[in-house]
Amino acid sequence: MTDITTATTDVDSESPANPFAVQDTSFNHIQSAHCESGVAAGLSSHYGLPLSEPMAFGLAGALTFAYIPFIKLFGMPMIAYRMPPKAIIKGLQKRTGIKFEFKTFRNEEHGMAALDNLLSEGKPVGLQTNVYWLPYFPREMQFHFNGHNLIAFKKHEGDYLVSDPVFETALRCDAKGLKKARFAKGALAAKGLMYYPKTMPQALDLPAAIKKAIKANYKVMHAPLPFIGIKGIRYLGKQIIKLAKHPIKKDKHLNLYLGHIVRMQEEIGTGGAGFRFIYAAFLKEAAQHLEPELLTQASKQMTEAGDEWRNFALHASKMTRNRMPMDAEKLNNILNACADKEAEVWRLLKRLF
Amino acid sequence: MKKNDVPQDSVSTYAGQRKLFYATDDKGNYLGVQSSGWEVEGEATKEAIREIESDCFRAWQQAQQGISSPLEYHMYNNRMDLPMLAQTVGMFQWRVKRHFKPSVFNTLPDKTLTRYGDALGLELSQLKSIPVEFSTPQ
Repeated sequence: MTDITTATTDVDSESPANPFAVQDTSFNHIQSAHCESGVAAGLSSHYGLPLSEPMAFGLAGALTFAYIPFIKLFGMPMIAYRMPPKAIIKGLQKRTGIKFEFKTFRNEEHGMAALDNLLSEGKPVGLQTNVYWLPYFPREMQFHFNGHNLIAFKKHEGDYLVSDPVFETALRCDAKGLKKARFAKGALAAKGLMYYPKTMPQALDLPAAIKKAIKANYKVMHAPLPFIGIKGIRYLGKQIIKLAKHPIKKDKHLNLYLGHIVRMQEEIGTGGAGFRFIYAAFLKEAAQHLEPELLTQASKQMTEAGDEWRNFALHASKMTRNRMPMDAEKLNNILNACADKEAEVWRLLKRLF
Repeated sequence: MKKNDVPQDSVSTYAGQRKLFYATDDKGNYLGVQSSGWEVEGEATKEAIREIESDCFRAWQQAQQGISSPLEYHMYNNRMDLPMLAQTVGMFQWRVKRHFKPSVFNTLPDKTLTRYGDALGLELSQLKSIPVEFSTPQ
């Protein structure tokens, strides 16, 4: 257990399960719930502006809900609980004044050489990669997703030492795997994207930045589109009801669909409940800097929203595994409760601006 | 979520790793807590893997029988589906699907095969063959 404000590399004394684990003190590896906010916090802290992961996530205004029917993953609509890849780094840049240098490459060799150059200068670098090709991911966690972020901080005997925020320790990654991961093609292809802070802000008015970030996030959650934000959550509920009434899709397809939602919400790097707990942690930390009562209350309510999302996952899971009769109406009700709870949080937060 | 409610179900899909969750202590303060996984998540992941492995097995059988080319098997074995493979190699889906026919696949020039090989991380000799026995890669 690590306290988020004083989090260090301390992992329990048990030997870590990953055979690629390394001990190296040149970069302060901090385990995170989500890859991109973890990278954002890690880079920012290393280059001189210490931020916790929830603070980086919140400042970037990264919370969302989006049901995107025209982007398909294994035949299923994309459901996102946070902003698309790169949005956290860019959002953080906007709120804090850190200037990141972004580079993509057409030529793979050039992309690897540019990384080596920065590492030889002692500069840790953020990289966008495809999970599938990273050798330290256990087979059980391997899937094709191009939006995974990690920090490379050293080259050692031809291998790269990386701080992959979702893992417990720093890890060793061979050059071949890293190259493949950086240059994998397909949806959201990284094209070798690397980034690092080029200039750091002189001073940061944190309360003002927090306020702006919350306001921007408010707008996202209230976007005037039926499948984004709070409306999007209700839209998802309606889709489930629709599928349950579909003459062909109501059985196997509905089960796969619900399993897909649960995976999007709970699997790797969401911090559980589709990022709601990370945002609640941000609100609680923000309460140390401004409006302590209001933000503490908002954090508490966001936690309740997160708990409701977990309740949804639990019910959906039981229904798909026949531990409970399929009841689309019930799932729809739980999603509406999630939407209600989130709407309440944002109503409260609106008083900030 | 309270820190004592952070799931510790030791799910197999975590392969012994622990992930970080944020949860509250008795005073409502947030802290990071390592989790060995939640059964709900683990089951959803396993179901998705089972689904693609059954497609993979079917493609393997069909390749054995000469009904399908090794490409379809390798696609599933690399946890891809048709839209994903097509997008990765930059071809239309109908074209990739055509390459699932052994008669078409066997006439493909090395240049085309290399595109598949790169996308799937396979040498051409591997791409053109399928394993004698079906097993899921570890």
